[in-house]
Amino acid sequence: MSPSPGAVVRLEAVSKTYRSGKEALAVLKNVDLRVERGEMVAIMGSSGSGKSTLLNILGILDRYDSGAYYLDGRLIRNLGEREAARFRNRFVGFVFQAFNLLAFKTALENVALPLYYRGVGRRARTRDALEYLERVGLSGRAHHRPAELSGGERQRVAVARALVTQPELLLADEPTGALDTQTSYELMDLFEELNAAGLTVLIVTHEHDIAERAHRIVRLRDGRIEHGDPTTTDEGHPPPNGGFPPC
Amino acid sequence: MLEAALEILSVLGRNRLRTVLTALSVAWGVFMLALLLGAGHGLENGVDWEFRDDAVTSVWVRSGKTSLPFAGRGPGRDVRFTNDDYEAAGREVPAIEYRSGAFYLWGEFQVRHRNQHSAFDVLGVHPGFRHVEKAEMVRGRFLHDVDLEERRKVAVIGTKVRQSLFGDDDPLGKRIEIRGLAFLVVGEYEDVGGEAELRKIYVPITTAQLLYNSPERIHSLVFTLSNNDLEESRLASESIRLLLARRHDVAPEDRRAIRVHNNLEEYKRLTAVFGWIHVFVWIVALGTLLAGVVGVGNIMLVAVAERTKEIGIRKAIGATPRSIVGMIVCEAVLITAVSGYAGLVAGVLLVEAIANAAIELPLFRNPAVDLRITWIATLILIVCGALAGLFPALRAARVDPIVALREGD
Repeated sequence: MSPSPGAVVRLEAVSKTYRSGKEALAVLKNVDLRVERGEMVAIMGSSGSGKSTLLNILGILDRYDSGAYYLDGRLIRNLGEREAARFRNRFVGFVFQAFNLLAFKTALENVALPLYYRGVGRRARTRDALEYLERVGLSGRAHHRPAELSGGERQRVAVARALVTQPELLLADEPTGALDTQTSYELMDLFEELNAAGLTVLIVTHEHDIAERAHRIVRLRDGRIEHGDPTTTDEGHPPPNGGFPPC
Repeated sequence: MLEAALEILSVLGRNRLRTVLTALSVAWGVFMLALLLGAGHGLENGVDWEFRDDAVTSVWVRSGKTSLPFAGRGPGRDVRFTNDDYEAAGREVPAIEYRSGAFYLWGEFQVRHRNQHSAFDVLGVHPGFRHVEKAEMVRGRFLHDVDLEERRKVAVIGTKVRQSLFGDDDPLGKRIEIRGLAFLVVGEYEDVGGEAELRKIYVPITTAQLLYNSPERIHSLVFTLSNNDLEESRLASESIRLLLARRHDVAPEDRRAIRVHNNLEEYKRLTAVFGWIHVFVWIVALGTLLAGVVGVGNIMLVAVAERTKEIGIRKAIGATPRSIVGMIVCEAVLITAVSGYAGLVAGVLLVEAIANAAIELPLFRNPAVDLRITWIATLILIVCGALAGLFPALRAARVDPIVALREGD
């Protein structure tokens, strides 16, 4: 069965069990998830609900035991480290709670780094990185190091870094966790703006006001996706883009 | 490749202190290696220099007083060598290649040419003396058998003698006055033995004996042996000693009456000692190198542990495990190569400086670094650097990005 061309993410009965010694801990149990192109989805869940594991699998940082994961129509299963790295670089952009910029590199160098791993030449790298810094409104800060930037600016640099490879999917792991409310909303404005331009965005968060700005919320509990949440459409098939205004 | 190098440089630049410390330990290792090898070489040259003067296989025999009673004669008797001893040794010891007697005109003599005069050693010798002393003729010839037979008043002078008596003039055919007797200069020699060796004048031994009115007397006997095998050389010098002991009624075990100095034995003894020093130097040098390599490995290991987060970030944005391994290994190689080279240059420069300062030390001369060896050492160091980096690198490649990235800043 081939996934419909519109789905960027399609999980079919994905399960993942961690084993430590004789004890086995099932962290994901038959998870089905579909994220259409141009959607903005929030994943919520308490700690231990399996949302980190889900994020790792979506970001090709971890493997799953059974089921199938299609990313942009490609089956992602049992990839070698090298291939996984290539797919990650090509299709996924990450934004983290702790920003995770390299402290010894300037904003511009941080943004250019994914392109380095893609084998893009220095000049083209710098050009693209500058372009994306401008998109997040930080072209004036290109030669500052992270320590010289505010939290919001750092996260914008991280967003630019995630976007510079033109990924199919932006994965944000508690992106506002280290930001004040005002800055958090500004970041969400940026996400919405990018989403409006066609980017598929997946945000893991535990903050309701952040989650509510997504088109829909997927709730995880004990490794399963909860159904019946009022903000989730029946069957998890929302109309693409803008069907559920965030506010 | 250039891209990777620039990436690595930016990382190394960030950890300046750590980079510098690592580099120092490696540079120190190579520096010490160069220095020790240079010193070892200097010692070797020093030994060769000590023995440069005379043929390595030469055996010197000097006479003394008997210390043991023998054949009805008491101790304390002077042993005096004669022309017959010289002849007998040549006849009976086949291992001898060249031989000569030496008759010293005791004390330094005022030697005069026209109004120039100066004091020089004068020795009566046989023609074979040239080979014992390894004298190189610059002009003319050395002494001939005919000179000895006819007791000619001819002289062979050292270069220094020529300089002080004749200046830059050709001394051949000129006359010099020794103890009031005129000698014809027939040759001028050069000797690597140094200044003192060049201030000597050789005359036919028969002439010298006549001058002192003791026609049979020889003060000492010198030989060179045809073989430089240590064991055979010992046997030959022993048979010379026993021959002379028999001829002079000296107890065979009386080593004071007939003193034999076997140059080869000394030479071999010293070269054996220096052979061991050589081995020791290598052990120490390799140990220092090893310490440097272990240092690099250790620091890379710490570096990886400390950079878990950075590596996690790199992996999350698409770094392949291979590129992570490559980065860490290249860092290690770059540090070892650059600092190893710096240490090598510093060591070579210091050794050169010592060589140029021409410090006079016994058994130490012209230290030099065998560049081939140090290059090989540096190469080994780079390979070791790669290995030292590899283990931490493989560890780095296994970093779990999510775990690394969840850690706080």
